Amino acid sequence: MDSIRFRFLSRLFLALSVFFASFGYAVAQGANPAAGEVGSSKNPSQVGVTPGTVAAAVPAAAAGTTTADPAAIAAGDALFKGNCAQCHAVNEVVVGPALAGITKRRPMSWIIPWIKNSSKMVAAGDDYAVKIYNQYQKQQMPSFQLSDAEITSIVAYVTSQEGAKPVIAVADGGGAAVAGGGATAESADASSMNILLIVLVVVLIVLVVTLVIIANIMKDVLRGRKDLDGRDVEQMEQRFDFARIYKSTALRAIVGVVFVLAVLYESVQGAMGVGLSQGYQPTQPIAFSHKLHAGENQINCAYCHTSVYKSKSANIPSPNICMNCHSQIKTESPEIKKIYRAIERKQPIQWVRVHNLPDLAYFNHSQHTQVGGIECQTCHGPIQNMEVVYQYSPLTMGWCINCHRETPLNTKGNGYYDNLVKLHDTKNGAVPFTVSSNGGTECSKCHY
Amino acid sequence: MQDSPKYWKGIEELESSPEFVKNALSEFADFMPVKESHGTSDATVAPRRDFLKLMGFGLAAATLASCETPIKKAIPYLNKPEEVDPGIANFYASTFFNGQDYNSVLVKTREGRPIKLEGNPESPITGGGLSARAQAAVLSLYDGARLQHFAKNGAKVDKDQLDQEVRNALAGAGRVAIVSPTIISPSTKKVIAEFAARFGGAEHVMYDVNSASGLLRANGGVLPAYDFSKADIIVSFGADFLGTWISPVEFARQYVANRKVSSAKRAMSKHFQFETNMSLTGSNADVREPMKPSALGEAVVSLYNALMGGGKPAGKLGMAAAALQSAGSRGLVVSGSNDPAIQTLVTAINQKLGSGAVDTANPSFVRQGDDARMARLVKDMAAGQIGAVIFYHANPVFDHPMGADLATALKKVKTTISLNDRLDETGALCTYAAPDHHFLESWNDYEPKRGYLSLAQPVITPLFATRQAQDSLLTWAGSPTTYYNYLRQQWQGVLGGGDFAKAWDKAVHDGVAMGSALPAPAAQLEGTMDVNSAIAAIKAAKSGGIELAIYEKIGVGTGADANNPWLQELPDPVTKATWGNYVTVPRAYAIERKWEQGDVVKVTANGKSVSLPVLIQPGQAAGTIGIALGYGRTAAGKVANGLGENVLPLAVMRNGAISYTNAVQMEATGTQSPIAQTQTHHTIMDRKPVVQEATLAQYRENPKEVTEYEKVSTPDGLEKPNKVSLWQDYEYKNHHWGMAIDLNSCIGCGSCVVGCQAENNIAVVGKQEVINRREMHWMRIDRYYSSDAHKEDFEEKGKLATYAAMEDPSENPSVIFQPMMCQHCNHAPCETVCPVLATTHSSEGLNQMTYNRCVGTRYCANNCPYKVRRFNWFSYYSNEKFESVNGHMFTDLGRMVLNPDVTVRARGVMEKCSMCVQRIQLGKLEAKKQKRRPKDGEIVSACAQSCPTQAIVFGDMRDSESRISQLLRREDGERAFHVLDAINVQPNITYLTKIRNTDKSDFNA
Repeated sequence: MDSIRFRFLSRLFLALSVFFASFGYAVAQGANPAAGEVGSSKNPSQVGVTPGTVAAAVPAAAAGTTTADPAAIAAGDALFKGNCAQCHAVNEVVVGPALAGITKRRPMSWIIPWIKNSSKMVAAGDDYAVKIYNQYQKQQMPSFQLSDAEITSIVAYVTSQEGAKPVIAVADGGGAAVAGGGATAESADASSMNILLIVLVVVLIVLVVTLVIIANIMKDVLRGRKDLDGRDVEQMEQRFDFARIYKSTALRAIVGVVFVLAVLYESVQGAMGVGLSQGYQPTQPIAFSHKLHAGENQINCAYCHTSVYKSKSANIPSPNICMNCHSQIKTESPEIKKIYRAIERKQPIQWVRVHNLPDLAYFNHSQHTQVGGIECQTCHGPIQNMEVVYQYSPLTMGWCINCHRETPLNTKGNGYYDNLVKLHDTKNGAVPFTVSSNGGTECSKCHY
Repeated sequence: MQDSPKYWKGIEELESSPEFVKNALSEFADFMPVKESHGTSDATVAPRRDFLKLMGFGLAAATLASCETPIKKAIPYLNKPEEVDPGIANFYASTFFNGQDYNSVLVKTREGRPIKLEGNPESPITGGGLSARAQAAVLSLYDGARLQHFAKNGAKVDKDQLDQEVRNALAGAGRVAIVSPTIISPSTKKVIAEFAARFGGAEHVMYDVNSASGLLRANGGVLPAYDFSKADIIVSFGADFLGTWISPVEFARQYVANRKVSSAKRAMSKHFQFETNMSLTGSNADVREPMKPSALGEAVVSLYNALMGGGKPAGKLGMAAAALQSAGSRGLVVSGSNDPAIQTLVTAINQKLGSGAVDTANPSFVRQGDDARMARLVKDMAAGQIGAVIFYHANPVFDHPMGADLATALKKVKTTISLNDRLDETGALCTYAAPDHHFLESWNDYEPKRGYLSLAQPVITPLFATRQAQDSLLTWAGSPTTYYNYLRQQWQGVLGGGDFAKAWDKAVHDGVAMGSALPAPAAQLEGTMDVNSAIAAIKAAKSGGIELAIYEKIGVGTGADANNPWLQELPDPVTKATWGNYVTVPRAYAIERKWEQGDVVKVTANGKSVSLPVLIQPGQAAGTIGIALGYGRTAAGKVANGLGENVLPLAVMRNGAISYTNAVQMEATGTQSPIAQTQTHHTIMDRKPVVQEATLAQYRENPKEVTEYEKVSTPDGLEKPNKVSLWQDYEYKNHHWGMAIDLNSCIGCGSCVVGCQAENNIAVVGKQEVINRREMHWMRIDRYYSSDAHKEDFEEKGKLATYAAMEDPSENPSVIFQPMMCQHCNHAPCETVCPVLATTHSSEGLNQMTYNRCVGTRYCANNCPYKVRRFNWFSYYSNEKFESVNGHMFTDLGRMVLNPDVTVRARGVMEKCSMCVQRIQLGKLEAKKQKRRPKDGEIVSACAQSCPTQAIVFGDMRDSESRISQLLRREDGERAFHVLDAINVQPNITYLTKIRNTDKSDFNA
């Protein structure tokens, strides 16, 4: 008898343990409040960036103020993102000054040599150059090998963007600033919701308490009356019999079935999640906070991830990029000192890789950021709120493919797509021209 | 009633003690507890079964817990160089010259690692083409067999200590000699000259493994520069100028320039080849005549006489003489012989013709070796007259015919120093080893031809504790400068006045520059001959028995790069053999001696012998055999060691030059050694749909008649095959990638094969697996011989006999090369049979192979009419069986060469040509980023990129202005055809019919 029961118990234990081990991971993810919450909340960057529309709207709005041709602006747009956006925005100060009104402040004959070699001008003692150099913490602007025409087109682009609202302007530029803007709106929304909820709960509690009090008063009144017969007294003194519910077979069956179904569902989910690392949040060797840098300080993503607009890899910044600021800022912080130590010992920092695609899948950042106009947050989540980075998206093939099926191609102003858009519109104009309708779900787009 | 007596078993039963009752009910006694002495609670609480259960659970839990991905590190640069962006390839111009052929290259680096060499289109000499050997050179950089530190007697030694000892030794050494192959670097020559001056006039001796000493002597010490594009009649006596002779990439480019035809230009050069072995050049010739080496001299004499008006020789030589006569200055005669007498006559013939294709005023510098001087040095060393010798990239113990003598003589030299990159056969005999950098780690300059300069720049920090040889020489000579500064100093004179820094940057960027820096070449030790004495010398040469002709292979070459598995596995263009050398014998001789292919025979000459397997070679001259040099390495590394045998000791010195021919004795050994050939069928058996050839005469008459198009029967009569189809046609809206391969331009050199291998991380499988027909090359070059039998013989000889005869190549066959890779069929047979949809069609016309989906049924390979799919039978990157041949995929060092954009395929999946989809995707992305359509020529597959003759044109057939569209429009209905058109798989690869400048084509239908 004993041993039989023991066997049964041990089996149950075994089954339960295996099951928990398998979906424990999923549970852990579910328990992560950030992952759950963000997934369901309204994230402006997720809803939206249909980059073409923004890009188109802004020049249209600015059409009155600029005389440059759209081609130059488009060229300037690309050049600006590739070269300048790391440190400059049009309408706000990032690392360098806001560029709006640059043509009014300085003539082109000053701007061109400045961009080509700023340190030379500072060294030559140009008044304005020295002033601006000192104003921005003696941060030197690197020299750019751009032609005069290219610089003119950048300036044309800057002029065309002047006066646009900062959020929209940077939405076009991509990166953290938009996320920052979005985040504030989101938190405002959330706090008003919270107040509403608290009020509702208070009202409900008051209601319940009132009802209980009323019921008790009524009972007392009734007890005081002597004219009640036995049945009425019985009714009045009746207590809810919990044991009956507990003993009900129907309820037991329902609970049993629900439990089994829940266990099954979780097991399947757990099994599907094996090998997935959504929510993976490893401890990094240095407690770098994206929330502080990208969120509060609104440093453009591309300032550190230098090749995100031009390469397959976004590039994890090397310490020399950190040193651009931290040679002066927060030099006493123990975390920053770890960077100094790495530099002194000539040992690179070994970050733990958060986003790991299997080797068989080819992914290119620039394809999505530069060409597709996708925001960083679309895949990386609210990176600007992450104290420690975690994997926001599942990075499964289904997730990739789904996005490729649903996302319309960013074809506006891109000469590559002109004929394709025409062909699509004449043949199948009713449905959106998505990535997959241009072959974006074919095997060898990602596997080779 | 009487009670029967009751017996008790014992007192316990009588008393019925509870213990007795309990035991009586169980048949067997309780087991003794196993761990009685240290009884723990475990023994009772967790008996065996529960232990097993717990263990099972533990295993399951551990397995599931370990499903979590292992921690991966992301390690950025400490200080990122400005020009390096992870994921973006950088290209640097450089130069490859290993003492053999010169190539101007672009080095593709990813994250600071060189991963591929490509031709430098800026170079006026090689013009974007690249030889197979240069393609493979990038792998040599990561060769673990390189010597990784300075050494004394093979043991590691401190650099400074070695420098000190060497300086002391050299100071009192007496006569010092530096031995090297040809050096075309002006600055290196200057360094050597200064070094020599410092050590009492040290002698610099250059020798070439495949020597052109005879040619140099015949031209007064200079090597003429040839321009094959300026010749309408080319007569070659054994010169393999498309494969291995002097500057093959340059020559192939020039040669083909005059052989590309179109209906607008229906003319091409005519090429006569008289040779012993079937060479790559011979197989491209319009007229080829096999000749014994001894007869080649005679032939040159009679050609000379004919041109001087002394009678007309018979046969093909007569045709050549007549053609040359009429071509005049548009004629060119070359000879691959190293006999100064023959070369003297050839020079005289070219002078008589006034050939415009020979330029001695601006000579080539790539062969400067002096056989006589080298022979004298070996004698002097043996006599103990040399105090110190330095070997710089020279391995004469292995690759000089007098290697054995040299090995003994080295013992008489007090100080021996090797600058070679490994402890090779020579280096191992030297006291000191100061290994040189690989050329991808070094600065250097080159002048392959007067007036054409080129530069090499380091593209990676030195991998090992090596030092550039020039720096070693400078250090030992007591010069404080580094070679880089020295080089810049030298170039100050070359680049002239003006802004030197700017001019230098441009030269480094372009990799090539115009200007001259090399001094005039030193005269050969032995002087020139006059024509009459040359004729007398040729007449005096005797022939006897079987003649051996030693030749050089296009892959392994002289054997200096033999430890490179890509080159070892590159099939010889003609024999299609890999991994090792062999004896090529004519078919008749093999039948006479009752030898079969693979029988090992012993070849003896000079009292030395080699034992190698027999390979029956159509087109081998009667009474001759051929053996390739460069094999039989013993100290090259684990790839090359023990492969084949070294045939150079069988060569002799004749007229003060190495003669690569000799009379030999042969005997069977009775053993067998299989030869790893990638193609074992030899003829197309009159199946014209496979490969098509026509004569220039036919083409001139009507270009629309040269290609035969198959028709299929339909209810409406005969129609093109694509009129009838089961499948829907694809509509390509965006791109439609395709390739056109001009069989007239393809010379079969195999450069594309290695280029493809480097680009696509293709595994090397080794000799046994090639024998098992499991080579992995995505691209192969099919070689077909013509046969004497044709379908017309059906009536006379019967079908079966004719078919049997059609399988046999002719004695002297015509040869066609046909590059063959995945045809990217629009109606692909492989796609319809894959049960898991691992191979599908893309909207851009590509046949996509998805490795991660493939389960390895191999139905696709079975259903492929072109047999271009390759199955991964093993994990070539981890199976120890492949460690010696594919070792670069096993070590961190070797893996640096892998292309990070291409998957390394696992065991059990199918793979094949992807049309370099990674390049297509990258090209499209670049265009999209710049908001424009891709430009034609921007996206090129690796094979098309590497082709020295531009036989392969890759492009977008949807773009009507692209080169491929124009070509296909032009050739449609003329030369363009699809292989096996009748099966209507509609390939995206189009071939252009080969046109041969003859009266009659041997490839019949």
